[in-house]
Amino acid sequence: MSKKSYRAAINEALRQEMRRDPTIVLMGEDIAGGAGAPGEQDAWGGVLGVTKGLLGEFGRERVLDTPLSESAYIGAAAGAAATGLRPVAELMFVDFVGVCFDQIFNQAAKFRYMFGGNARTPMVIRAMYGAGFRAASQHSQCLYPLFTHIPGLKVVLPSSAYEAKGLLIQSIRDDDPVIFLENKMDYDEEDEVPDEAYTIPFGEANLTREGGDVTIVAFGRMVKMANEAADRLEKVGISCTVLDPRTVSPLDTGTILECVQETGRLVIVDEASPRCNMATDVSALVAQEAFGALKAPIRMVCPPHVPVPFAPNLEDLYVPNADRVEAAVRAVMGFQAREVA
Amino acid sequence: MQMNRADLLHAYRTMRTIREFEERLHVEFATGEIPGFVHLYAGEEASAVGVCMHLTDRDKIASTHRGHGHCIAKGVEVQGMMSEIYGRKDGVCGGKGGSMHIADMSKGMLGANGIVGGGPPLICGAALTAKVLKTGGVAVAFYGDGASNQGTTLESLNLATIWKLPAVFVCEDNGYAEATSSSYSVGGSQAKRAEGFGMPCYEVDGFDFFAVHDAAGVAIERARNGDGPSMLHVKLARYFGHFEGDATTYRAPGEVDRIRAEQDCLRRFRRLVTEAALLDSGELDAVDHAAAEAVELSVRGAKAGMPPGDADLLTDVYVAY
Repeated sequence: MSKKSYRAAINEALRQEMRRDPTIVLMGEDIAGGAGAPGEQDAWGGVLGVTKGLLGEFGRERVLDTPLSESAYIGAAAGAAATGLRPVAELMFVDFVGVCFDQIFNQAAKFRYMFGGNARTPMVIRAMYGAGFRAASQHSQCLYPLFTHIPGLKVVLPSSAYEAKGLLIQSIRDDDPVIFLENKMDYDEEDEVPDEAYTIPFGEANLTREGGDVTIVAFGRMVKMANEAADRLEKVGISCTVLDPRTVSPLDTGTILECVQETGRLVIVDEASPRCNMATDVSALVAQEAFGALKAPIRMVCPPHVPVPFAPNLEDLYVPNADRVEAAVRAVMGFQAREVA
Repeated sequence: MQMNRADLLHAYRTMRTIREFEERLHVEFATGEIPGFVHLYAGEEASAVGVCMHLTDRDKIASTHRGHGHCIAKGVEVQGMMSEIYGRKDGVCGGKGGSMHIADMSKGMLGANGIVGGGPPLICGAALTAKVLKTGGVAVAFYGDGASNQGTTLESLNLATIWKLPAVFVCEDNGYAEATSSSYSVGGSQAKRAEGFGMPCYEVDGFDFFAVHDAAGVAIERARNGDGPSMLHVKLARYFGHFEGDATTYRAPGEVDRIRAEQDCLRRFRRLVTEAALLDSGELDAVDHAAAEAVELSVRGAKAGMPPGDADLLTDVYVAY
């Protein structure tokens, strides 16, 4: 156990799994960097250095830099997975899914069902998501609701370095296509991370805070915002449960409903665009399955329905933060039934 | 390439089975008993069989929406296919795929594909598996002139070259992408595209089984030897519409009749092997009869089959969830 960054935890997970299983290959744009170029090899290790150093250990047979052809190599990952490899393909920014989505949702996700159970597609697509990096509209989206919508895909949102390592190893060992999304703001965040390989099962939520007044369901980086708000509120006598679902497909609906039954109040924090996102999904779940337990209307803390802006002041206004979570919790605590009239 | 009697009979039997299968589907579809839609491969048999004769189960193919011929050529069972097309539980995909998604991984058949241009990237992946795991296998993408204009196809040609993959790209150019002529939709030429991506292209008369077989042999051998990908540009014709029910208003009057009369791959095969006294017409007639019988049995079996159970709706989305 030692302090490791989210970036280092992901790198370690890839390295340990590749040592264990020779069928694991990595592919992506500049995941080593320097292919065919006169300068240094593997000095990049991905645009943000996540895969750095893997080329040296595993060579170009297993660490495959690709041309800028997402359709070809994401599709190749699907074809390789269906025929005996376990590819981990890096899509760099999840926003780039626009040029290769067919290979994910019409091909990889559907093989097993369409082929009557006679296919396995054990592939992982890693990509970074999220706003806050001043990366503007085409490099800052969340998009995990798009993947969650597709039967056949699993979708993972690690909220810390510890979570990232365990969930990535689980993703690689999983026999279905997994979309593993890393929040680009988290790469330098450190956490205690075991040195040895470990897995965190899918579909099992993690309660990062436990309290009796309000349940806060938060996704990915928003777990930190929720924790911060919960810690502040604790000091003024409002105790919150913070629930990190870890995976949005599968989703641990059981634990969400149990927590709402206990607290009777629900705030959902989702960085994805607000229409048809995880917040609306969880709201619908709770409205249908736990309506009687609710003491106040559900509150969703989400960005506005606009593309992610570039100007720093606008982007800061866009992304949900602890203040907004705190305000939402206070609102559900202060709700009086007569307000409905 | 020299072929022995057994190979010749196998080639003819496979082509004839495809023809029977498709001609019969043309008739059965018109009764309204077959759900969805089907795209028939009749006329193009020499391509699938000429290529797949060089392949074994360790080799992979990806097919298209017009996939029945590729499936049969790759060894998928006719009964399982017919039952699948009728949406039966004992279909090769349990009735959950249908005509456009017939696959049999055990035969190296990675699926017909409802998305035009869906297959070439998958074949890059299958070829990568063969290369990394050193299976000695090759991977073949069948795609049409329509798919030749998809970015997926063009990206895959490039990827296969730079990774030096054991892949073969078989462009089955039947002259029409749905209702649009390839003379309108294809810029440049397939051969120059291949050359532009650094791979050889073999121009092939797709009505001539032996021409396809010879060219495919060279391309597949090259891939197997680790010398990288190739393209086959196979000129051929489909005898029916884009899908069943297509009135084919875009074709010239008499176009198909003329091709059937003058260029048909089965007639040509018969003529060549009988003239060369490699096979006699009696044994070829016997093959015709057996193929018709097998297809007849498969239709009866499919019609008598059971649909999937309600519980099957929810199974096999994931390995585990």
